[in-house]
Amino acid sequence: MNEELRAIWQSFFNWVMGIGPRPENEVIPPEPPPDLPFTQRPNDKYTRFHEATLKERYTQWLEIHGLHLFSALYAGLSVLTCVVIVALLLATVAELPPFGHEGNPANNEVIRRYVERGGNETGAQNIVAGLILDYRAFDTFGESAVLFTAAVSVLMILGASRRGKTDDGESPHTESAGRNFLQRGPPAMSLHTFRRDDAILRGVATLSIPAILMMGCVVVINGHLSPGGGFSGGAILSTALILAANAYGFGRVHDFFSERTFIVSSSTALMIYAMSKGYSFFTGANHIHSIIPKGTIGDILSGGLILPLNICVGLIVAGTLYGFYALFSEGDI
Amino acid sequence: MNESIGMFAYNIPFASIFLMMISAIITPLLPDKNRIPEKLSCVMIGIVGVLSAYLLYALTAGGQSLSFNFMMGHFPAPWGNELRAGPLEAVLSLVFCAAMLLSLTGNLSSTAEDIAPKRRNIFCVLVNLLTASLLALTYTNDLFTAYVFIEINTIAACAIVAVKESPETVRAALRYLIMSLVGSGLVMIAICLLYDLTGHLLMQDMSRAIHGLVASKSYIMPLTVSLALITAGLAIKSALYPFASWLPDAHGSSTNASSAILSGLVLKGHIFTIIKIFHRVYGLDVIHLLRMDTVIFILGLVAMIMGSVHALRQTNVKRMIAWSSVAQVGYIFLGVGLNTTAGIAAACLHIIVHACVKPMLFTAAGGLSNAAGHKKGLHALMGTFYVNIWAGLGLIAGAFSMMGIPGFAGFASKLSLTLASFGHSTVVWALSALAASSVLNALYYVPAVIVVLTHNKDAQKNFTAHAPTMSYKVSMCIFLALNFYLGLFCMPLLRLITRGVSVL
Repeated sequence: MNEELRAIWQSFFNWVMGIGPRPENEVIPPEPPPDLPFTQRPNDKYTRFHEATLKERYTQWLEIHGLHLFSALYAGLSVLTCVVIVALLLATVAELPPFGHEGNPANNEVIRRYVERGGNETGAQNIVAGLILDYRAFDTFGESAVLFTAAVSVLMILGASRRGKTDDGESPHTESAGRNFLQRGPPAMSLHTFRRDDAILRGVATLSIPAILMMGCVVVINGHLSPGGGFSGGAILSTALILAANAYGFGRVHDFFSERTFIVSSSTALMIYAMSKGYSFFTGANHIHSIIPKGTIGDILSGGLILPLNICVGLIVAGTLYGFYALFSEGDI
Repeated sequence: MNESIGMFAYNIPFASIFLMMISAIITPLLPDKNRIPEKLSCVMIGIVGVLSAYLLYALTAGGQSLSFNFMMGHFPAPWGNELRAGPLEAVLSLVFCAAMLLSLTGNLSSTAEDIAPKRRNIFCVLVNLLTASLLALTYTNDLFTAYVFIEINTIAACAIVAVKESPETVRAALRYLIMSLVGSGLVMIAICLLYDLTGHLLMQDMSRAIHGLVASKSYIMPLTVSLALITAGLAIKSALYPFASWLPDAHGSSTNASSAILSGLVLKGHIFTIIKIFHRVYGLDVIHLLRMDTVIFILGLVAMIMGSVHALRQTNVKRMIAWSSVAQVGYIFLGVGLNTTAGIAAACLHIIVHACVKPMLFTAAGGLSNAAGHKKGLHALMGTFYVNIWAGLGLIAGAFSMMGIPGFAGFASKLSLTLASFGHSTVVWALSALAASSVLNALYYVPAVIVVLTHNKDAQKNFTAHAPTMSYKVSMCIFLALNFYLGLFCMPLLRLITRGVSVL
């Protein structure tokens, strides 16, 4: 009894001191047995299968079949989970109120006020714009901040590490192993090779980029009058930038839209949004008179803050979408 | 309503969120010299913390427990957005700000070592965004606003894992991102279902509609599915046990400040969102009717045991502390699963305790492994107590707190959880799981304390003689003081939380 206790204490002591087997050593599988014909196999434990203890046999079986079994089980369970969730969700959707029905719970006083009084209360002809940029402008501020967060994160992860290649001013961070590992791989591969003499692409781009830019600006600026707004207009603007980058190379776009431009424009736009809407929230909540005029419905200068907010959102969306494209295909803006 | 607390306090929830957002937005424009971004972040978080403390004072002065709604803009609540603040929200935002500030100041030197200078600017942006999203999750009274800020929280949390450049952190961040996005998707589907059933996004109006549906026994199945999806989605994000596989990688491999923030705060924001949804949207009676309290209770029990069992097997000290977070999240969900006011108050107290203790443990572990020459293995830390006494004290106090030794913070919340479980039908299960989990906690924290305290002359020669910086010492002092305060004087705080839960 005393011996057993001592043995337990010894193993506990070893574990505390870090001596003895550790989990990470246990999970690394040993070399697989050489795949020789049966007659040539050396007389090791793999041949004397019947002599091995049950535990050894189990370990050996697990080494050979474990990963295979695991992936099969994993795939099977994934499919099963998906099927169950899909069935559950389909059954749920079948139970929901019928789509577009008059008496649905969603057709209540909230929607009624948006539709009936939205124009007068926000000054915007486009009720959706009035809804997202005036009634629920805080949510839209959050959405723009989501884009900003994503852009900043991607810029940090993809941009900063690869840019380190050209900069010499890096202090201890380039020395230690494991850091800047992204540089050790092959040089950043671009998704497609540019043909410098692609006359058709360049010609079409030259013709269509001004039209796309105009279209984007129209959609952004008329966001409070017609369908569209900052999100859709910004997406259109970003396609013009992406087309320009593909036709003329990223270097040409970089001349007028660099990483610095991107950060400054996104931050400034979001800052203007935060400041102007912060003023609006503050006056609204404290019942102070707001100096922002609503204008006449239908005029280009109407809808209170909606027009400038649409322009801000458009700038953020355009920069972010182009930034994602450039970062993921080139590794740099 | 704002007459009784004054206009200044009335605007604090709005001002806190906007101050943090503006500080995040302006940081990329700042020069990254002289650590200006870090100083700005710390100052801003400090200001918001002071504002939250004043709000707490204004809401609870004279033994009252007030709460008020803040109209976001010119339109009242079902049409516009709304914030809601009560004592519980105020005390949570105060704790979040304090823990965030201490996690940043305590780990200034390891942040400087781990993060390349060019990334430090963006790290500050992400920390500010995280603080803003935590505050917004705490104060919001609108389910869709909560979703938007959950998104900001998710992206920023994944990015502060990847901010330290190494293959492990990128792998951990990808894993975290995928799991977290699954959670976001589930929450989104649940919100869509709820909107279709109720026609509202404001929490009180949804609650009214849901109670109408339950009373008329219509749409019970979609309601149950929406509750299951929203709970599962937020449980993935708050690392409830079967969904916690991402946590040890993300918390164990990232830089110390990120680990502290993620473990201490980011999980808590999602847990508080669950509590708010249970309390304000569904109501505790509907939760009980749909049996979600039993599910949460059982998962909490399993998490308490399994988190500790996994922690026992770790040899890396940060991974051990990370798995211990899984067990602690289990404690919180145990309190939520009791589905009583006392249980939720105990869960909130444990949120606060864990938000103060876990950053301290990560900061201490970072200091100790720094003293041992950047080795993270548990055995490599032998004798490091005598090299960095402040970190050693932090680890010991944190370990005692997690075990539930009287006088330390963890004792207070375990005691209140125990008291809350009396009178509940599941008291035997709750008590035995609390006992088993405490013993398991001791099984891995006591060896760590013994290792750190063991003299080791040979190894000490190899240790790099990093004297802890002044900011490290001061932060650790405040952490220790908070720990003892919560352990010795928890009753006023618990009464405050109970009052907050009653007006939640």
